[in-house]
Amino acid sequence: MRTTFFGVLWISLICSGTPAMAQNEAELDVLRTELAQMRADYELRIAQLEKRLDEAERKASEQQDASAQTEPQMQDQANPWQPDPFAGQMADSGINASNPAIGVVFQGQVWSYSNDPDNYGIPGFPLGGEAGPLPQGLALGETEINIAANVDDKFTARLTVPIAIEDGEAVVELEEAWVETMTLPAGLSLRLGRSYANIGYLNDKHAHSWDFADLPLVYEAFLGGQYIDDGLQLRWLAPTDFYLEFGAELTRGDKYPAGGATHSGFGSHAFHLRTGGDVGFSNSWQAGLSYLQADADERESGAEDDPLFFTGQTDQWMAEFVWKWAPNGNNRQRNFIFQAEYMWRNQDGTYSLTDGSTLPYDNDQRGWYLQAVYQPFPRWRIGFRYDRLSSDNPGWEYVGTPLMPSTSDPHRYSVMADWSNSEFSRLRLQYQFDQAGFDDSNQLGLQYIFSIGAHGSHSF
Amino acid sequence: MKNRIIVILLLLAPLAVHADLKILTCEPEWAALATELGGDKIEVSSATNALQDPHYIQARPSLISKVGRADLIVCSGAQLEIGWLPMLLRKGNNSKVLPGSPGFLEASEYVKRLDVSPNIDRSRGDVHPQGNPHIQTNPHNMLLVADVMTERLVELDIDNAEYYQKNLVDFHQRWTDAIAKWEDRTSVLRGKRVIAHHNSWVYLEDWLGLEEVATLEPVSGIPPTASHLGSLLDQYGNHGADFIIRAPFQSEKPSKWLSERTGIPAVLLPLTVGGTDQATNLFTWFDDIIDRLLNAAEM
Repeated sequence: MRTTFFGVLWISLICSGTPAMAQNEAELDVLRTELAQMRADYELRIAQLEKRLDEAERKASEQQDASAQTEPQMQDQANPWQPDPFAGQMADSGINASNPAIGVVFQGQVWSYSNDPDNYGIPGFPLGGEAGPLPQGLALGETEINIAANVDDKFTARLTVPIAIEDGEAVVELEEAWVETMTLPAGLSLRLGRSYANIGYLNDKHAHSWDFADLPLVYEAFLGGQYIDDGLQLRWLAPTDFYLEFGAELTRGDKYPAGGATHSGFGSHAFHLRTGGDVGFSNSWQAGLSYLQADADERESGAEDDPLFFTGQTDQWMAEFVWKWAPNGNNRQRNFIFQAEYMWRNQDGTYSLTDGSTLPYDNDQRGWYLQAVYQPFPRWRIGFRYDRLSSDNPGWEYVGTPLMPSTSDPHRYSVMADWSNSEFSRLRLQYQFDQAGFDDSNQLGLQYIFSIGAHGSHSF
Repeated sequence: MKNRIIVILLLLAPLAVHADLKILTCEPEWAALATELGGDKIEVSSATNALQDPHYIQARPSLISKVGRADLIVCSGAQLEIGWLPMLLRKGNNSKVLPGSPGFLEASEYVKRLDVSPNIDRSRGDVHPQGNPHIQTNPHNMLLVADVMTERLVELDIDNAEYYQKNLVDFHQRWTDAIAKWEDRTSVLRGKRVIAHHNSWVYLEDWLGLEEVATLEPVSGIPPTASHLGSLLDQYGNHGADFIIRAPFQSEKPSKWLSERTGIPAVLLPLTVGGTDQATNLFTWFDDIIDRLLNAAEM
């Protein structure tokens, strides 16, 4: 290659050089210097090219060696620790195109109440959505079927189908059915489909990963359990050294606290901002702020056979804070979790009451809980939770209706102890003293959670 | 307004110039290896430290941001990190480090894995069908991982290819010499019987010719129980084993209990770099493992 190149160079030089013969010596010297410079210049470039070629060749041969290593070296007696015959291939995770990750979570419980839970209600907070106490006596909880896999190189998908028992019948529900991008640039991801709203701390946590058998009262009263809706979720992870995540959601608005898929099926939107970090090796924390605006048209709440209907707008702010401690961050032996959330909402619209009258309603309500869970040694944990709600007075015309709050703020104390044989099994005993309902109530429950098959990793 | 934009662009400018390769490892040994190979051309951090059980890590906010900014992630793999790494990868929104891309390296794919048991179920504990993931305790594996890690460094940062290649050659030389010394010192350990807290040491045992006769855990991943320890006492009480081994993040109580009743020495071994005061880098880590085993053997 080099020879050819110099040949061309010389020929062009001779051609251009012929008339130069006629010139004087000085001009010739100039030409010679120029030529020398050109040559030096080209030699440098050629050397650089050769170096790059060598590198490319070396890389190629190394890759060949690496792939060749897998077979021939298996017979090499000198070194008994050979690479795996499948070196470089994706480890067989058992999950592939025809075999997505499938898992089932079995849950069941027994609850005893001092007052009939069928008549449960919180004055001023008619419950909507899935909210309400767990059934009395022996009962199956949700049996949750999870299926997840990557769709292709750009999308991943998940399906969560709980089978619930409602009035003695097994009902298949659709809790999650989403597809999410994996390769959007700039720290972005987009989720399409049905999903838990990414608001608050507990809202997107599956029931089997809760630290208590039931949700805090503020989730029951403000979100109808957990807010699940159909639509789009955009998430952006800031390229900062500390964790900073921003999310925006646009959804149909068919579920409590939204309802009736207003605005032609764009009835609800939400935002969240979340940050967090470590303090030494032993502590880590997360804090967040979320906002949900949910519009409702004839949204049901209160008693199932005699419901109230709300038409209007709900604005809701949520603040979350979680602190986790484990000695040296080794949470296997001992750990402690503190968790608190505060929610504020304003509902502005009209309520249709059970007597057929419709009244204007514009009222602020607040709720919060805090809880602490401690694992003193492997497998055993104990926890305490305190819940409280408060409501402004919606107006004296609401006296005698489920929308009139009681004079004392609804609140509840809960304690629990759980035992986990492995990370796939858990038994939990929980007692609570409820001063939120119409009457004070003692509640005692025993719960089991077992999980088989693939089990997705849990978020912080 | 225009001025403000220019100021912002100037502030962002340093981000655009070529920065060191950012490497996040799941375990400290891979961070130590990356430091040997990448020197000052990389910026490396480990998601876990030597005092944490890498099976049970929280998908913490700080780790999500690290995944989001990483150029290369190096983990043991074989499902060791299955409880937290997939969540970090999903939340990290970083396509450069997804499985299958050059920015994602699972070390266990490149060594001969032991205890591969695809048909096992969870009645045998929290097992890993693709094999035991604690591959780092055989130093021969370190060379194989060093080779593939260098390939990735070169692929991701071709400008410094020569530097990485030179470091690899240098590491091979020093590590091979060190292995020869270690193997020389440990010939007396061949055939010794081990009771391990958890089966974290099968690659070490394979390398040194140790025989694992039992584990303190009744089945893998389930903490030691009184009844299981009792049966170990019956079975191995009469000099049935030579060492009881545990890692720094495992409770001291079970091995101490059994050691006091059987006279078998309980040995704390660093499972990775940083596990003991002596294990400050890859070389001193293996020095310390061997020192501690030889000390115990003399008792």
